[in-house]
Amino acid sequence: MGKTFAEKILAQKAGLAAVEPGQIVTARPDLGMSHDNTAAIVQLFHRISLKRVQEPGKFVVILDHVVPAASVEYAQNHKDIREFVREQGIRFYDVGRGVCHQVVVEEGLARPGDLILGADSHTPTYGALGAFSAGIGRSEMAALWATGELWLKVPTSFRIELEGELPELVTAKDVILYLIGKLGADGAVYRSVEFAGPIVERMGIADRMVMANMAAEMGAKNAFIAPDETTFAYLADRTKDAFTPIYPDPDAVYEKVVRFDVGDLEPQVACPPGVDHVVPISHVAGKKVDQVVLGTCTNGRIEDLRLAAEVMSGRPVAEGVRMIVLPASQEVWLQAAEEGLLAEFVAAGALVLNPGCGPCLGAHEGVLAPGEVGLATSNRNFKGRMGSPDAELYLGSPAVAAAAAATGKITDPRRLLEEGR
Amino acid sequence: MIAGRAWKYGDDVNTDVIFPGRYTYARMEPKEMAQHALEDLDPAFAREVKPGDVIVAGRNFGCGSSREQAATCLAAAGVGAVVAKGFARIFFRNAINSGLLVLEIPDAVDAIQSGDRVEIDVAGGALTHKGRRYPFPPLPDVVREILAAGGLIPYLRDRLAKEG
Repeated sequence: MGKTFAEKILAQKAGLAAVEPGQIVTARPDLGMSHDNTAAIVQLFHRISLKRVQEPGKFVVILDHVVPAASVEYAQNHKDIREFVREQGIRFYDVGRGVCHQVVVEEGLARPGDLILGADSHTPTYGALGAFSAGIGRSEMAALWATGELWLKVPTSFRIELEGELPELVTAKDVILYLIGKLGADGAVYRSVEFAGPIVERMGIADRMVMANMAAEMGAKNAFIAPDETTFAYLADRTKDAFTPIYPDPDAVYEKVVRFDVGDLEPQVACPPGVDHVVPISHVAGKKVDQVVLGTCTNGRIEDLRLAAEVMSGRPVAEGVRMIVLPASQEVWLQAAEEGLLAEFVAAGALVLNPGCGPCLGAHEGVLAPGEVGLATSNRNFKGRMGSPDAELYLGSPAVAAAAAATGKITDPRRLLEEGR
Repeated sequence: MIAGRAWKYGDDVNTDVIFPGRYTYARMEPKEMAQHALEDLDPAFAREVKPGDVIVAGRNFGCGSSREQAATCLAAAGVGAVVAKGFARIFFRNAINSGLLVLEIPDAVDAIQSGDRVEIDVAGGALTHKGRRYPFPPLPDVVREILAAGGLIPYLRDRLAKEG
């Protein structure tokens, strides 16, 4: 009987011939990732009464959540982290390098067939490159530093096949929001989700990362997209290490196989306060917004910035609206600068910030006041997520964000593009 | 034996309302975290919760951010257990690793109302509410050992000390 991706890779990383769904295995990951929460992990690690991280070469720390430090407390965290990684010899990217998930991918640290555990809920992102990656907690990262291994339950798997041809300005973000709306916020809890079909095969790495990243919002443990020429071409410039892709067997047994034809999909919007409160944009068109955020680990890549600039096509940010642009990494920032995109955004009246998580988690750099309405390309719109619990947050694609910024209300981006022609 | 009052909530209670993002990178001891428990969902909770109280909730409890404080703050507030129809996976792991008992008992969730008295006999594997007994399957060994040690960190400290 055939095996799914999750079953094959977890068997390999646990050193077993085969595993079954539901089985608890002890696996040794290839990489452990943590960010600003490393300060708290260090405190937990010390409580285990160990001085040294056992295999420092297997870990990476990337400061991105509140960067640069917004208070003395955050500054102290960052300072402690810098000391720790130096002392332990852990690979480190300081403030300004970018959002952790983007940096891991750009640095070639997520490869097909890798097992990656990250102390962040959007760790499934690396499934875009054929890795098995899942989020864990802080204590678990401390445990990994101490022992190099962790117990994992072998998940059952869903296979989601996407067919059709996406209409213009309908993006990977619209597809994944649509799927989350259909399956629900707990639709894939503890499942391994394999995305397949012509839509996914045609996607570049950036769009595949959007799909895998937001699989977390349907509760998935990990996501998987089969590595192909697109993946290998992306990695060719980014890693010299050899890797061995792992693919599901053609006769793998899935808990559920679903097919969606997304050929006539409208742009989608997730309404507050749930990522699965998804509607076609026509249902919420006209809703006034106070702030638009373009960026984050979900949609802060160069492709996203290009798309937003294309939709705005020289229009200014609407009166009374604040538009915040955060390229996901230094690499994206520099590329966007070189292409003139950052200058376009600033000339339109937007604020361009440093790479980082920014206001996505409500800590700094543009949180919402009570009663305000935001629209973001990020991944969560829970109550209080971007600041006040009495603010409202809508989620959409970079095209939807650009259209909202230019008009001051939720607007179908296709309308703007037509007007511009 | 865990015994206390039930605090009942709905489906998809996410970690942003259990422990808001605005505090998540602040340095706090568990006791201080407890003061913010469920702050954006039920501001009365942190003030009024008593040791042994039980949170009762619907599907997908603890969805969203992986922040471990969402589990730590509840454990530090004295919550005896969270009984839900289902849990988000990272929260489920974080809870066990923080020494917080988490149980999936959908029937009990339907029956229990806020303010009701709830008793949980962990060794006997049953929750009791208004005279009715709701059994639950025994916890996996590794989970039981971690809970007994008070969380993953003390569990690991003891284990590594034993191994020398």
